[in-house]
Amino acid sequence: MQYLPNILFAIILIAGIGYFVKNVKKLSRNIKLGRDIDVSDNKSQRWKNMAMIALGQSKMVRRPIAGFLHAIVYVGFIIINMEVLEIIIDGIFGTHRIGLKVLPQSFYGFLIGAFEVLAVLVFVSVILFWIRRNVIRLQRFWKSEMTSWPKNDGNNILYFEMVLMTLFLVMNATDIHFQTMNSGNVISQFIAPWFSGLSNGTLHFIERSAWWLHIIGILIFLNYLYFSKHLHILLAFPNTFYGKLQPKGQLDNLEAVTKEVKMMMDPNIDPFAAPAEGTEGDIPAKFGASDVQDLSWVQLLNAYTCTECGRCTSECPANQTGKKLSPRKIMMDTRDRLEEVGKNIDTNKGEFKDDGKQLLDHYITREELWACTSCNACVEACPVSIDPLSIILDMRRYLVMEQSAAPTELNNMMTNIENNGAPWPYNQMDRLNWKNE
Amino acid sequence: MSELLKVPTMAEFMAQGKQPEVLFWVGCAGSFDDRAKKITKAFVKLLNKANVEFAVLGTEESCTGDPAKRSGNEFLFQMQAVTNIEVLNAYEVKKIVTACPHCFNTIKNEYPELGGNYEVMHHTQFLKTLLDEGRLTVEGGQFKGKRITFHDPCYLGRANNVYEAPRELIRKLEAELVEMKNCRRNGLCCGAGGAQMFKEPEKGDKDVNVERTEQALDVKPEIIAAGCPFCNTMITDGVKAKEKEADVDVMDIAELIANAQDL
Repeated sequence: MQYLPNILFAIILIAGIGYFVKNVKKLSRNIKLGRDIDVSDNKSQRWKNMAMIALGQSKMVRRPIAGFLHAIVYVGFIIINMEVLEIIIDGIFGTHRIGLKVLPQSFYGFLIGAFEVLAVLVFVSVILFWIRRNVIRLQRFWKSEMTSWPKNDGNNILYFEMVLMTLFLVMNATDIHFQTMNSGNVISQFIAPWFSGLSNGTLHFIERSAWWLHIIGILIFLNYLYFSKHLHILLAFPNTFYGKLQPKGQLDNLEAVTKEVKMMMDPNIDPFAAPAEGTEGDIPAKFGASDVQDLSWVQLLNAYTCTECGRCTSECPANQTGKKLSPRKIMMDTRDRLEEVGKNIDTNKGEFKDDGKQLLDHYITREELWACTSCNACVEACPVSIDPLSIILDMRRYLVMEQSAAPTELNNMMTNIENNGAPWPYNQMDRLNWKNE
Repeated sequence: MSELLKVPTMAEFMAQGKQPEVLFWVGCAGSFDDRAKKITKAFVKLLNKANVEFAVLGTEESCTGDPAKRSGNEFLFQMQAVTNIEVLNAYEVKKIVTACPHCFNTIKNEYPELGGNYEVMHHTQFLKTLLDEGRLTVEGGQFKGKRITFHDPCYLGRANNVYEAPRELIRKLEAELVEMKNCRRNGLCCGAGGAQMFKEPEKGDKDVNVERTEQALDVKPEIIAAGCPFCNTMITDGVKAKEKEADVDVMDIAELIANAQDL
């Protein structure tokens, strides 16, 4: 019976990690539903981007207040989680504060002291985040796409962190041995008096409860990630690695179109010739994107990485002037649809069954797509290298090349380019007339 | 005045068996839009003044395909691109300057993959080089001490990280350069990009160009400087909408430099 807690701990740990791994596999499967693209180039620049943007938070700090608070929570999260290692070892082997046995007491005290200070800083930052969201009501957290789940999700994460930090400090404050040792209890020594007058047995009970709730809380939080915008704590790293390296103004040239254009321009090619062996697969089923499977896997990774901070939307000229377009919504819709497609595959034994829905129209409307000025403000604003513009462009490509569904004025413009090489109806032969005017 | 403009074409250079130093890509706006034609002429005057051997394609030039690509018509874009590249390569063009950031971006970034590799410069970068090399001199003249704010074109700034060349030219005018609330990489779009120039905006509570013009007017400039013919049109319309056309001029950097020299 004395091993019951150890066994219970191991079961909870395995279940927690197991369920997380299961969802990570699903996540990876869903991302791979996207088109393959080659992002194997320029590794050194990619590592550098990841180090600067994800690890170094270089774009977060462009907004100093949010950037500073975020840096505290980020550093706190990484460092305090070192404590989890001790908790796991203690839990499995039934030890108590194994760190004290393997590390010099002064060093152990230093570590725990640092964790305690960070825990308080994280707690305060999270409270400030909550106030920004719910009391100050920063505009970008109250846009039309930020209702129901997205809104609750944002707050849930903050509550989670408040609770976890509290449990960590309470656990230390009620640990009689740790408090008598009086090393590393930088913060918890001031919390300990709140529990004075309680019997040692009660204190021990509170300490144990806090310890268990802390580790269970962490496991729940870990598993919450997949269902939440909070996945960015993991995906920011690959996403910045695979982010766009070309100048922002450079939009990709569709290779399949290049082939057809070259064929049209080459007088020596026989248009009726059978395609060469093995090239049948080169021609895509459709041009552009109407659903998530038409997007590249990097674009789908973008969607899972988005943490809905709304910096893109707050910088978007269309959104600022009251249009329906919100780059954040483009990313949220892409993720929601991808999840829907993923669930469809799960329920249909690994096969996607047409559900009569798609990303276009059922999630993202044409009005949103046509409001984009392609100014790249959203791309510049994103702290984790998400590119909403590329999705907008791919969907416009579908509308124009598959459906001929451009707004009339744009069709006129394109007809002009086709006929006379300018977006307006002027004769190409008049191009140099300005010289003599 | 205009009879003094020397605008040789590539065909003429070819006939003489010569290569110009640079090809001036005029662009559709620069060729046909009444306002933008003035920018084209101002830039040509500067090229003439600095004795730059340049040429234009003239009637052989065609739309780069930028608005088609950004509308989603990749076929039309690539047709335009491949046709233009054939012409440019036939003339063995190495270096291109243009006063349109959209042409600049497209030729610089999107043509290489399709076989068009050139050194491409925006006219503000080119003018700056001319000044640095001492081929062109500029003194403040009529703009000395004037309050000028610069509107970053998205396709020059964010798209290609060119922020300083136009600003250095304004400083050379000994003008007082004032920055808007949103400038450089945070610059707000004029509302014309992504082919919006050619269509009515979607329903909203304001036009983007009015929003941007308000930001410009907030810093109380005498001149709003632009580096893009489309931005120029949008901001000019914005200034009219705010009924400020009597107090504030919207001018291209090339016009500022040319006017400063009374060209």
